[in-house]
Amino acid sequence: MILEYILFGVLGLVAVVSSVAMITRPNPVMSAIFLVLNFFALAGLYLLLNAQFIAVVQVIVYAGAIMVLFLFVLMLLNIESEPSILKEKRRLKAMGIVIAALVFIQIVYLIFYSAPSEGLPIEVQKSIDAGLIETIGTELYTTYVLPFLAAGFLLLAATIGALILAKKNFE
Amino acid sequence: MSSIPMELYLLISAFMFSVGVAGVLIRRNAIVVFMCVELMLNSANLALITFSSYLGDPAGQVFVFFVMTVAAAEAAVGLAIIIAIFRNKQTVNIDEINIFKW
Repeated sequence: MILEYILFGVLGLVAVVSSVAMITRPNPVMSAIFLVLNFFALAGLYLLLNAQFIAVVQVIVYAGAIMVLFLFVLMLLNIESEPSILKEKRRLKAMGIVIAALVFIQIVYLIFYSAPSEGLPIEVQKSIDAGLIETIGTELYTTYVLPFLAAGFLLLAATIGALILAKKNFE
Repeated sequence: MSSIPMELYLLISAFMFSVGVAGVLIRRNAIVVFMCVELMLNSANLALITFSSYLGDPAGQVFVFFVMTVAAAEAAVGLAIIIAIFRNKQTVNIDEINIFKW
């Protein structure tokens, strides 16, 4: 029980701090590395939530494939650092932070207004079963077989689209 | 899962989403803006997994699987577009990419 809280505290703190660090670092490569850290912390939180399959996929697909793609493009384009976020266009940036804070307040209000955990029975066994790869695989190939096929087509289209867009003499 | 209240997970998710919104609004590098969008997608994933786990329903996790598929496709196409823009304009600063503005 106490270990669960410690793990949650550490992982939650890493997720929060790395997300803030990601948007405040001027160097885009540092941003990407903090985002990878954030994804690892999220994978840990998924494990705490009994979602083993998604946690593994998170590490492989997000922290592995997608972030390597981002870093690759960053290195290819050789982008210089932005000026620190406290300089240049300070009023616009202050507006941006105010809007984000409003979004946050709104979501927090909704969370506590709707009180989602009120009267919710605690069913640990059901929660563990829901995260098993067997359960998710069965769902994917029965209830969600059409979206699953559509996702395959989407990935094919994205591959071809990316190839054509990144071609040298694209007009 | 059992002893930690669900709201704590949702709070982390809400905070990460807001940080993503702030990042999209204040950063000027197109690739970093893109990474902020990934952060927002991930915060939505965290909320979905939280509900899925606390309700004992695998549908939320299947949905996260599809979100990841779409995010992968989006990252590939988006980065290809950024590369194409960089070829033509030698910059990825979104203040200078304004050909649709009049």
